[in-house]
Amino acid sequence: MHDLAPITALGGTTPRVDTVGTVTLTEKPDIALASVAARMGHEDACRAHLKNVIGAVPAPGKTQLHDPEAGFWMGPDLWMVGAPFETHEDLADQLKARFGQTASITEQTDAWVVFDLRGESMEDVVERLCAVDIRVMKTGDGTRTVIDHLGCFMLRRDPSDWVRILGPRSSAGSLHHAILTAMHSAV
Amino acid sequence: MSQQNRLDGGLIGREKGLNFTFDGKRYSGHPGDTLASALLANGVRLMGRSFKYHRPRGPLTAGSEEPNAIVELRTGARQEPNTRATTAELYEGLEAKSQNRWPSLAFDAMAINDRLSPFLTAGFYYKTFMWPAAFWEKVYEPIIRRAAGLGSISFEPDPDSYDRGSLHCDLLIIGAGPAGLAAALTAGRAGARVILADEDFVLGGRLNAETFEVGQGSGADWAAQAVAELASMDNVRVMSRTTIMGAFDHGVYGAVERVSDHLSVPAPGKPRQVLWRIYSKRAIVAGGATERPIAFENNDRPGIMLASALRTYANRFAATPARKVAVFTNNDDGHRTAADLHAKGVRIAAVVDVREDAPQSDDYRVIAGGNISNSRGRLAVDAVTVSRPDGTTFQLDCGAVAVSGGWNPNVHMTCHQRGRPRWNEAIAAFVPDVMGVPGQRVAGAAAGHMSTRGALECGAAEAVAALDDLGITATAVDLPEAEDSPVNITPYWTVPGATRAWLDQQNDVTVKDVKLAHQENFTSVEHLKRYTTLGMATDQGKTSNMGGLAIMAELTGKPIPEVGTTIFRPPYTPTAMGVFAGRSRDQEFRPTRKTPSHKWAEEQGAVFVEVGMWLRAQWFPKAGETHWRESVDREVLQTRKSVGVCDVTTLGKVDVQGTDAAEFLNKIYCNGFAKLAVGKTRYGLMLREDGIAMDDGTAGRLAEDHFVVTTTTANAVPVYRHMEFVRQCLYPDMDVQLISTTEAWAQYAVAGPNSRALLQKIVDPEFDLSNEGFPFMACANITVCGGLRARLFRISFSGELAFEIAVPTRYGDALMRKIMEAGAEFDVVPYGTEALGVMRIEKGHAAGNELNGTTTALNLGMGRMVSKNKDSIGSTLSEREGLKEDDALKLVGFKPVDPANTVPAGAHLMTKGSPVDAAHDQGYVTSACYSPNLGFAIGIGFLKSGDARIGEVIRLVSPLTGVDHEVEVVSAHFVDPEGERLRA
Repeated sequence: MHDLAPITALGGTTPRVDTVGTVTLTEKPDIALASVAARMGHEDACRAHLKNVIGAVPAPGKTQLHDPEAGFWMGPDLWMVGAPFETHEDLADQLKARFGQTASITEQTDAWVVFDLRGESMEDVVERLCAVDIRVMKTGDGTRTVIDHLGCFMLRRDPSDWVRILGPRSSAGSLHHAILTAMHSAV
Repeated sequence: MSQQNRLDGGLIGREKGLNFTFDGKRYSGHPGDTLASALLANGVRLMGRSFKYHRPRGPLTAGSEEPNAIVELRTGARQEPNTRATTAELYEGLEAKSQNRWPSLAFDAMAINDRLSPFLTAGFYYKTFMWPAAFWEKVYEPIIRRAAGLGSISFEPDPDSYDRGSLHCDLLIIGAGPAGLAAALTAGRAGARVILADEDFVLGGRLNAETFEVGQGSGADWAAQAVAELASMDNVRVMSRTTIMGAFDHGVYGAVERVSDHLSVPAPGKPRQVLWRIYSKRAIVAGGATERPIAFENNDRPGIMLASALRTYANRFAATPARKVAVFTNNDDGHRTAADLHAKGVRIAAVVDVREDAPQSDDYRVIAGGNISNSRGRLAVDAVTVSRPDGTTFQLDCGAVAVSGGWNPNVHMTCHQRGRPRWNEAIAAFVPDVMGVPGQRVAGAAAGHMSTRGALECGAAEAVAALDDLGITATAVDLPEAEDSPVNITPYWTVPGATRAWLDQQNDVTVKDVKLAHQENFTSVEHLKRYTTLGMATDQGKTSNMGGLAIMAELTGKPIPEVGTTIFRPPYTPTAMGVFAGRSRDQEFRPTRKTPSHKWAEEQGAVFVEVGMWLRAQWFPKAGETHWRESVDREVLQTRKSVGVCDVTTLGKVDVQGTDAAEFLNKIYCNGFAKLAVGKTRYGLMLREDGIAMDDGTAGRLAEDHFVVTTTTANAVPVYRHMEFVRQCLYPDMDVQLISTTEAWAQYAVAGPNSRALLQKIVDPEFDLSNEGFPFMACANITVCGGLRARLFRISFSGELAFEIAVPTRYGDALMRKIMEAGAEFDVVPYGTEALGVMRIEKGHAAGNELNGTTTALNLGMGRMVSKNKDSIGSTLSEREGLKEDDALKLVGFKPVDPANTVPAGAHLMTKGSPVDAAHDQGYVTSACYSPNLGFAIGIGFLKSGDARIGEVIRLVSPLTGVDHEVEVVSAHFVDPEGERLRA
């Protein structure tokens, strides 16, 4: 076991949690991520593996909420798979072993900062952050959007007062500031 | 002071008093008042001075179209100039000041301009301040600007915050008057997603200002009930204090919500205003209409107001500008004002109606077929001159005049995409023509339906039609009985013979100015606007444009529609700059990217530099160092002597996988990659399609079908975008997959003769770091610190024995600390981007300064890298004749002949003895630094036939900075030209 202590994207040793009124923003470092891109000519096989791992193949704009691995659509024949970090820190290797030559797998865990935004007024906050029509978005929907110039993914979870936001890790501080400011403004 | 002009009734909260000041004087009003209504109730009619002539002015209107009652609101950093007293909601402690007067509002010395008015007509500046030309900017303009100004600004940063957001709806309804409310009820009950927005703080539009019954009760009550029902619907969002300020493409509307302007300061954490981008599938413009004045001599005195404004003040705000009011009208609306005021106990001096057949009244005198031709009074009106039909005149005492010249539908929102309105003879006004904004409909007075019943019916019908477009079935709601009078109007724009009769009160444009414009051939409506400044003030001519063009029509003998209107542009009303910036200001103007070692570097006291959005450590000062060069020289010398470490995470990293990955790299790089062995890294140069160098970097082959491409920091995104373009569009048949991993890995350069010894303490022992086991340009997946997955590359930007080591980003902070701890015995030094730059210049490595978008592989001394054995992007066009000239620029080094001299980047190179001009230019210096290893300044740059001129002494000149000395042309590789160190 190595002796390097991780820090969160916001620079803490523990995840940051902020509550404003009825909404809570939680930093989520406990998620491992890996991208899965189907190799040419192996698309069907890749999808079969993906279904096997996360229960279904997410269509464009969709998220497959599933345990322990889950996933969402990122682009044509391209998905992101996530899983608990504690058990799946080597998620990319695990997936590579399962998908073999049918997919290109790339570790994405620390490319992203993950925030959970949850609470009664979540929708009021999200509409100040991006152009996503959050009031139409349903549990299981996932989309790419821009929050204060930052390319992000937004996934609506279950229960539906909860969205997960993935943003670029190096800008975690700016993204956190944007979300927190919107929380104060909206709630 | 008592509220001597406060009437009974109204929609104000009398039980509560609000104290406020105007020009330092204390007054009181009530919740529900605007600043203007409260001042009128307190007997104050004079609220400002005009822009040019400094004439006394009071409110003309009771709404956002106000040209005159313009004040500075608040104090200190929150002071806001040019605010309309007619829309400013009263709050406890409000402080307002009049503007554009000196020393006081009642005695304004600048009013001398009014005496000089015969000279200050339209075009005066253009004609007068012509000579000498140099005087315009330095003398004339500053004087004119001081004399003719609006409010002043605090010059302090805005202490408030602003927010932004996006809303979505099936139907956006702009305006919550009778038409808007009927539309919203219809659409809301049908279940559509509705946004109803109105600029006012009480919804209902004119229903709150009129005394007609709607159904069995007052219009205000009906409006309040409708709003309450709408507010209870989940599918309807009711937005008061929200101005739709523009109609943009694809059903997008801009809306400014004034969240906190009715408070003395915003609540903690709350924005002052929010800019909403509303994505609508359909929109209904129900913005009502604006009453227009009639121009007569001296019609701008305080107390002379629009007839509808007097009704609004009396019925909604329970205030009147005076106890005795005259009315001047060309339509039935003036009579409504007279009746309403009379009912409230205000004396009607007379109703002067230009129509011979004007309706008569038992309650007050009506002069049919007459007009008001002049006014009198020092700081406000105290009498008017009335002309009888027979031409005789008499003076009529009054403290206010209610003027009605008819109504102009608010067509603005229908014209924001260059639509032009159509003339409607029946109401003598422009109405929206065929919709110029897709998805938009118009209802109520905005569409020319001037009765309450007409507005209600039209609003409901338009909502049904709009929803039908969307496949939503709606039925018009049951509408209450309401006033349904026809429009009886005789168009009447200006009293005959009037000259100093004001059209645009905010920009001081008179009938005489329009006549002058016509005389001088500025007859096009757009020329008229610019020559006279008609309609160019902050009110955008909402009460004045129509009068100006009607007079121009008369002068040119054209019908009004042929003269036409000027272009309508957003924003609809003046909008604070801050709301456009939203959250993007100060430190948060744009996002910041931080490196994995940022926290550690902060602890070391690093000085940071912005590199794009990244913050990178520039150098790490130590105690006692007083100049940045001391720190940088130390970092460079120590790295070359022992070992240094630098965070290079910012370099772009693109994961390239697939069976065609190698072939793909062969396309994007001009040099060969197909045969690169697994476990090896290669330097690669990318060309643009036109053969110019685009970016350079390395690609390491981790497996047969897996590469990691690195890019320069600045080009990380453009290169990734380029690679995606190549993958998707140029070679869609290749099996290759790309994804950015820039942020996923913390990567550190460990450089210097002791770098291997240091890393051996960190890399797990089963990995051989010896020169044989891990030679120059090797790469591998390894583990560090007892099992953490990592990547190791033996590459060198500094020219030293060097490695780049990468771990998952969350461990980057710990790895940096570990490297510093393990390197203590070697006196390891962290180095920043400055030392990085010095070392790469000493080594002659190209960077952004050299890859500047004009240089080719040949220029960079890498001409032979462009492989002839394959086709790659840019290789063909790099063969162009013009890029291969014999005397092409070549990358070389320079050192000063006198070691005391510098070699400034940007300086140009001249052959000794030749003239210093562009025709004789030999090249330029791109990068330069002081080399602590050599002890003098060095530079690299491009020189014509540079590679053949080593040893030549040439002139280095920079006429701009006064540099002119001799430098010797040398190899660009100042340190270790044979590369022995990096292969050690």
